[in-house]
Amino acid sequence: MLRRNEAVNWAFAPLNLCIYLQIAIAKPEEEKQSEKETERGKEMGWIGDTVDSIKSIQIRQLLTQAVSLGMIVTSALIIWKALVCITGSESPVVVVLSGSMEPGFKRGDILFLHMSKDPIRSGEIVVFNVDGREIPIVHRVIKVHEREDSGEVDVLTKGDNNNGDDRLLYAQGQQWLHRHHIMGRAVGFLPYVGWVTIIMTEKPIIKYILIGALGLLVITSKD
Amino acid sequence: MCAITSLSDNLNTPSPSAEIQVMNINWFQKQPQGNDEVSLTMNISADLQTLFTWNTKQLFIFVAAEYETPKNSLNQVSLWDAIIPSKEHAKFWIHTSNKYRFVDQGNNLRGKEFNLTLHWHVMPKTGKMFADKIVLTGYSFPEEYR
Repeated sequence: MLRRNEAVNWAFAPLNLCIYLQIAIAKPEEEKQSEKETERGKEMGWIGDTVDSIKSIQIRQLLTQAVSLGMIVTSALIIWKALVCITGSESPVVVVLSGSMEPGFKRGDILFLHMSKDPIRSGEIVVFNVDGREIPIVHRVIKVHEREDSGEVDVLTKGDNNNGDDRLLYAQGQQWLHRHHIMGRAVGFLPYVGWVTIIMTEKPIIKYILIGALGLLVITSKD
Repeated sequence: MCAITSLSDNLNTPSPSAEIQVMNINWFQKQPQGNDEVSLTMNISADLQTLFTWNTKQLFIFVAAEYETPKNSLNQVSLWDAIIPSKEHAKFWIHTSNKYRFVDQGNNLRGKEFNLTLHWHVMPKTGKMFADKIVLTGYSFPEEYR
């Protein structure tokens, strides 16, 4: 429970900060606008003051846009953290990277994960980490041996499209997976959507182009 | 959209049926490391056509043996699996020996009773995946190795 509250606070604090900042910046801007209009009716002697107020409006606009960007980012963070909390899994969405589960899952599909305390049973599609490998694997459980006394479980997995089971993928000397290796079960899926992530990982230049374009859009928007 | 397509899958009330016969125990031995292993041949017939909806991409089906031993409250060993890509293929009959090795953790199998379960996992075109099974009981290993 403590972890959940912590995650919520952590995500909401910057969002609140952004909202307060936006209100604080916006109010004085309105007052400065009306002052500028009354000054327009006066003589050239007031040019110095008008130039100053234009400059401060530009700075405020920049700040407003920075804060808007901040709000977008923190909103996305909140949604992500909420998903982590709700699904109980460290990474609630994964992209399929290989063809070992074809034709069911193809490279570029997205899998929705959920981890519950329910026991692991054969047929379930699980996402697991092998010690020493950083990329998790999504395969199906084909054998389960559950201990009477401790409830601990030995699990063997296999990709639907592979000929042999996953023992070759496990760590040296490891015959079975255990509960702590398993990060979640696949409960739903969306085809093709994960290609965006794959492209951005394998061709990072596209990521930079996208971020650059987004940044440009935010700066040049009239809001 | 994902959620809506999954909702429509819930409206389907399937009525699958299956039958598995163990035709022969090909051999039944204790391995050098001490684990029992058995090879068997089965007749598997099933009609899973009612499981298919417009949102079904394929069915992943498998037959698993389930049994209990003194050390393990549950053992599930997958013996055979297949992918059914369409409704037409969902009514079938097959004569096969076990695709995957049937190895116990220990040597507990002599004379033991076991269940054979036919599981199906529905893989949708998009959305929630769901699964169910039919449990067939009454199978048992021979009393002696052979």
